[in-house]
Amino acid sequence: MIEVRNLTKNFNGFRAVDHISFDVKRGEVFGLLGPNGAGKTTTIRMLATLTRPTEGTATVGNYDVVKDDDEVRKLIGLVSEKIIMYDRLTAKENLWFFGRLYGIPKEVLNERIDELLGLVQLGDWKGSQVGTFSSGMRQRMNVIRALLNMPKVLLLDEPTLGLDPQSSVEVREFVKKINREKKTTIILTTHMMVEADILCDRIGIMDHGKIAALDTSTNLKKLVSGDDTAILELEIANLTSNMIASIQSLKCVSSVSQDNSTHIKVHASGNGVFDTIIDAIRAEKGEINSVKNLEPTLEDVFLHITGHEVRDKADQKIPMRAHRRFMPRRRVR
Amino acid sequence: MNIKSVISNSLRIAWKDLIELFRNRMGLVMLVLMPIFMMSMVGFIYPSDTSMSNVSVALVNEDEGYGSYPSASATLIMALENISNSTGMMTITEASSLDEVREMIQKEEVEGGIVIARNFTVSLMTGNQGTITIVTDQSNPQMSTLLQIALKEVFEQMGTWLAQQNVQGLSPAVNASNSLAIVKPYSVQTEGAVPGHFSYFDFIAPGLMAMTVMMSVMTGLPAAISHEREVGTLDGMMVAPINRLAIIVGKTLAQTARGILQGIIILALAVALFGVTIHGNILLIFALLFLGVFSFVGLGVVVTSFAKDQETAMMVMMTLMFPMMFLSGVFFPIQQMPWYMQGISKFLPLTYVSTALRKVMVLGAGVSMITTELAVLIGFGIVMTAIAVPVFRRAMTR
Repeated sequence: MIEVRNLTKNFNGFRAVDHISFDVKRGEVFGLLGPNGAGKTTTIRMLATLTRPTEGTATVGNYDVVKDDDEVRKLIGLVSEKIIMYDRLTAKENLWFFGRLYGIPKEVLNERIDELLGLVQLGDWKGSQVGTFSSGMRQRMNVIRALLNMPKVLLLDEPTLGLDPQSSVEVREFVKKINREKKTTIILTTHMMVEADILCDRIGIMDHGKIAALDTSTNLKKLVSGDDTAILELEIANLTSNMIASIQSLKCVSSVSQDNSTHIKVHASGNGVFDTIIDAIRAEKGEINSVKNLEPTLEDVFLHITGHEVRDKADQKIPMRAHRRFMPRRRVR
Repeated sequence: MNIKSVISNSLRIAWKDLIELFRNRMGLVMLVLMPIFMMSMVGFIYPSDTSMSNVSVALVNEDEGYGSYPSASATLIMALENISNSTGMMTITEASSLDEVREMIQKEEVEGGIVIARNFTVSLMTGNQGTITIVTDQSNPQMSTLLQIALKEVFEQMGTWLAQQNVQGLSPAVNASNSLAIVKPYSVQTEGAVPGHFSYFDFIAPGLMAMTVMMSVMTGLPAAISHEREVGTLDGMMVAPINRLAIIVGKTLAQTARGILQGIIILALAVALFGVTIHGNILLIFALLFLGVFSFVGLGVVVTSFAKDQETAMMVMMTLMFPMMFLSGVFFPIQQMPWYMQGISKFLPLTYVSTALRKVMVLGAGVSMITTELAVLIGFGIVMTAIAVPVFRRAMTR
C-alpha cells in the first residue's frame, strides 16, 4: 500500500529525515516510534503531501506523493498533531465543511457525520462549537475528521499526545476498531512505547532521522532478550549491598539494577538461572517477598538499539538506570 | 481540476471564514467600529470647508483721523462688526497696541489681530494707500492662513466699495452701476465640473473607502492564512483533494466581503454625516472596489507565503501599507508631491483605485472615462496573481 524509498528531507541544512525506506502492507498498522525530533512528523507530512521530500520517493496506493499528490490526497486521512477543527464552528459544521471539500454528496455526508459522531459518543454535541470541547473530545473529533472520506490509508501523528490515560485508551481502541472493521491501513507515530506495543503490527524505531530497526513488537523484543534471557524483578524485604554484589558476581547474570530499597531487576541468561539467583539470595539470608519474570519492553529495545532512552516519557515510569542524557534538540518542523 | 469545483470550494472556504468572523463578537464590533472611528476622525478633524466660526480676533484702531473729517477707520470697523455679527465668523476684542495683540496671541487669548495704522484716514484723504496689518499666529499655520484669506477678502471688498465711491466722485460720467467695472474690470467665477457644493470630504471619501477595503484585505488575508497555518487547520484544507487556488480565492472572498462591509459603513457615514453626494453608479463603485482587491491580493499572498508566522506577516503588511496610504493620493493630491514621489505613486494600485473611485463618485464618470485605471488594475491583478499562486503552492509544501 505504501512504499517509501530513500526518503530524505532537509530543512535549511538540517537533515530531519535521512534516507529512510519501508513498506506498509494493506490493512497493516505500522508504527513509527521515536523521541521528539526523530523525524516522525516530517515523514508523515511527506506521506500526506504536505511537505515536499528533498530526495527519495514515496508512493501511497501506487501514487507518487509529489507527482500525483491529488490522487494521494483522495486516498488518505490525516490526524495531525495539531487539532484540525475550527473552534467557532460546531462539530457538525466542521465535519460538513471538510466533508464537502472531499466532494462527498450531501445525503451521504449527513449520514456519515451522524455515524462518525455516534462512533465516538459525540452525537449529543453535534450543535456545539468545538471551542467549548475538552481536549479529549477535540482529539476524537480530530480523528473522525480524517475518516470522513473513508480513507484507504489513515495517517496518525501522535494521536494521543496530551490526553489523559482514559482518553488515550479510548482513542487507541477506536483506531484498532477502524483497522479491524474497515481494513484501513494505518501509519501512526508515537513516542510512547506502550502505544506502539498495543496498536502496531510492525514498528519502525526512528532516531535522528533514520529507521534504526523495523520489525514486529515481538521480534524487536527478542533482539534484547534472546531466547534464554530472562529479566527478573525481585522484591527482597532486607535488601543489602552484599546481596546485590553476590548476585552480580554470578556467572549467568549480566546486570543488576536497583529500583528502590526493596526492588532489584536482574538480567540473566542460561539454564536454571532462577534457582541460581534465589540460592544466592538465600545464602545471604535474604527474605524474598516476590519474584516476577519480566517481558522485555520496547523501552528496553529502544535503549538496546539506539544506545539512549526515549526522551519525553512523562507518561511512563522507567527503571532508574545510569543512562546517557542527550541534549534536547531544537524541534524542526 | 475544473473551474466549477475551484469556485464551489472557494465559496465553501469563504462561507466558513465568514461564519467564524460573525461568531467572533469582539472582532465584529471592532470591524464596525474601525471605519466609524476612521471616518469621524478624518471627517471632523480635517477642515470640511474653508469657513471659520467664532475665531477671536483682536482689533487695534490707532487711526487718528484727519481734521474734522470722520475717521475712515470707524466705517471700516462698523462694516467688520456687521460681517462678524451676521456670519458668526469672528468675535472682536479691542486692544490698544500691536504689542498687546502679540501678547494676547502668545497667551492664546486670540487667534489673530487687525491693526489699523495711525495715518489711515490721513492717507486715504490725501490720495495715498491706507495700511491695515493682519497679525497672525504662526504656531497655527492652518488657522493663520484661513484668517488671512478671510480678512483679506473682507478688506478687499471694503476697499473696492471705497474705490467705487472715489471714482464716482472724480467723474460725473461714472455712476453706481459702472463704477465697479472701472475699479475691477473683470470678475472671476469658479464653477465645478458637476453642479453642487463640494468639500474636502468629497475628495477624501472615495480614497478612504478604497483604502479601508484594501487595508482590510491586505492585513486580513495574511493574518487569516498564517493564523490557520499556526493552529494547524490549514493542513486540513491542504490535505483535501482541492486546488490550492480555491484556498487563496476562498480566503480572499471572505476578506473582501469583510472589507466591502467596512466600505459600505464608510460610504453610509460619508453620506449621512458629511453630506457627501454620490454622483456615479453604485454598482460601478463596488465593481471598482472588487477590482482593487483583485489587484492587491497577489501581494498579500506572496507576503503570507514568505512570512513564517502571523506576527511577521502583519508586520510586513503594515510596513507596506503605511507608505501606500500616503503616496496613493488618498489624503493629499498626488499633484502636490515632488516628482519622484509621484513616480512611486504610479506603481501603487491604490492610486488607481482611489482616482477611479473619485472620478466615479464625485464626477459621476462612467466606465468609458476610467478605462486607463481599469486596464492598469486588471494588469496589476493578473501579474500579481500569476506570481502569487506558484509561490504559495511552493511555500505551503515546504
